[in-house]
Amino acid sequence: MALAATLLAGLPVWAAEGDPGRGEEIYQRCVACHTLAHNRVGPRHCGLFGRKAGTVPNYQYSPAMKKYGVTWNDETLDRFLENPLKTVPGTKMGYAGVKDPQERADLIAYLKRATANPEICK
Amino acid sequence: MSAIDTTPRRSFLSGFGKITLSTTAIALLAGQEHLALVGSASAQTASNDAAILNSALGAEQQAIAAYQLGAESGLLQKPVLELAVQFQGHHKQHADALAKAVQKLGGKPVTPLKDYSFAKEKLKSQKDVLAFAASLEKGAVSAYLGAVPILADRDLARAAASILGDEAMHWAVLRQALGQNPVPDAFVS
Repeated sequence: MALAATLLAGLPVWAAEGDPGRGEEIYQRCVACHTLAHNRVGPRHCGLFGRKAGTVPNYQYSPAMKKYGVTWNDETLDRFLENPLKTVPGTKMGYAGVKDPQERADLIAYLKRATANPEICK
Repeated sequence: MSAIDTTPRRSFLSGFGKITLSTTAIALLAGQEHLALVGSASAQTASNDAAILNSALGAEQQAIAAYQLGAESGLLQKPVLELAVQFQGHHKQHADALAKAVQKLGGKPVTPLKDYSFAKEKLKSQKDVLAFAASLEKGAVSAYLGAVPILADRDLARAAASILGDEAMHWAVLRQALGQNPVPDAFVS
């Protein structure tokens, strides 16, 4: 047991397994600026996984996000969501971040599920 | 800013005695925007605060458009329509204040989108409109909760917290109108 706890403690934070149902609730914090299917204050989330940062068509990104250069996946999203302004200084996302690692994992799990739904992301 | 606007606020602030306004806040409150970037707040700090307030401004503009959609839907009974117009008026006041603050911080206020692509086809009843508005108000509460701790100027943070309180009240009233527990939790997130 002690060994298992030690091994688990060594896992990267983003390796936490996410609950998409809980993530859907957490996503409600985002809806003042984001939707899955449409650009609003923030860019749309459909197509997020595997997309290079700062490349959604018809969305006016900050210069900082255009230059960021990462491809969005579990790890890069986890890092950004924890502290957007620290990760990408100059981003338009004026938000402190999702500080709880489990909440970030839940949110990412939801985004992965929702953006794979062809009814939402046509 | 007029004397009518500033005097009560200064009185309120001085009443606490221990509050020290930053150079930026003093200049903003006094309407002396040319002084706003001088002193303890650096230009970079002001730029960051302007970007954060611009995000909030964008959310306010979206809320104004959403309430307009609801008001023009023909689905709202008169008392609910009056409430929606009142809430929209609050959002207009928030947007106006935020736009002025962004300008005074040296930023360029964002402008409303031409089309928010709201899911109009899903609004078929008053309940649908109320639920739509409630979701945006909850999102706005979360957005301000995420903005308040990262605003460098504490007086701007306090102003943002003041708006957060107003939007939380909107959310509670809308939940009540939907027959839901208006205040479901002790904390918002």
